[in-house]
Amino acid sequence: MSIAVYILVMASVTYLIRMIPFTFFRKKIKSRFFSSFLYYIPYAVLSAMTIPAIFYSTGSLAASIAGTAAAVILAYMELPLIVVALSASGTAFLAGFFV
Amino acid sequence: MKSAFFKGMSHGIPIALGYLSVSFGFGIAAAKCGLSVFAASIISASNLTSAGQAAGIDIIAAGGTIIEMILVQLTINIRYSLMAISLSQKLDKSFTFSHRLAASYGITDEIFAVCSSQKEPLTPSYMYGMIFIAFVGWVSGTAMGVSAGQMLPVSVSSAMGIVLYGMFLAIIIPPAKKQRSVLFAVLLAAGISVLMRYVFTMISGGFAVMISAIAASALAALIFPVKCEEGAEE
Repeated sequence: MSIAVYILVMASVTYLIRMIPFTFFRKKIKSRFFSSFLYYIPYAVLSAMTIPAIFYSTGSLAASIAGTAAAVILAYMELPLIVVALSASGTAFLAGFFV
Repeated sequence: MKSAFFKGMSHGIPIALGYLSVSFGFGIAAAKCGLSVFAASIISASNLTSAGQAAGIDIIAAGGTIIEMILVQLTINIRYSLMAISLSQKLDKSFTFSHRLAASYGITDEIFAVCSSQKEPLTPSYMYGMIFIAFVGWVSGTAMGVSAGQMLPVSVSSAMGIVLYGMFLAIIIPPAKKQRSVLFAVLLAAGISVLMRYVFTMISGGFAVMISAIAASALAALIFPVKCEEGAEE
């Protein structure tokens, strides 16, 4: 099959998933439960995506744990996103030489 | 109008830098799957998503069916629907139908995370600025990754795998530190996600994230309902 067909299908499905709710969901949510639910969704999604996947995100478990620890500490200190992200990577990189 | 675009761009810089490194990794993987710089860049430009693309090129390399492609993309990316509904609640009045059609293209985990942490309503220009810079990082990183192929030492490319996760932690930890309810949702989602990964292994990654997030948010909403004004603002 042509690569173009695959790409077209991939892109269309991904776009529709985003577009339909974003475009057609126009009401302000009145339900206290549902608005609370949506308030927690971002944090819950990011947390579920990160754990446990972060421990497998680099070459070795030990390096990933070192990177995660660095990220948690710096995030707790409320440093900017990019500082936390790159420090996690730098720590994992350095830890990679020791394990 | 202009300034909102630049504000979006500046808020998007960390996203773009993170994307640059992650999409570089995607480019390397795409090269291994036999894709050209052009094909890989088109995939990145038209999909703007990491996990879905990574799974997509595996299907292409394996010569999978179109049905498989549709189901995999649905499973991995359905979380964007939740994010889109959540963002739809905080859009400015200037967000017309056509702006919604256009900006929905750019709802990614990271753009969603930064947009939803904004205090004021989202304007189209703000989102376009952020999407634009993220797009530049994502597509140029992909192109460079394919070109570089395996030139990069493994130690560097594998350490880059953690960049976006580090950013996620930087987004969730500060509010979790301040609000017990957010901490509860974050820990519960992580716990369920771990359970899915090691116990209920038949559930695929995309679904596992969905289930964990929905269950944790629903419980958090029951136990710690948000005040109406707060919910509208956050």
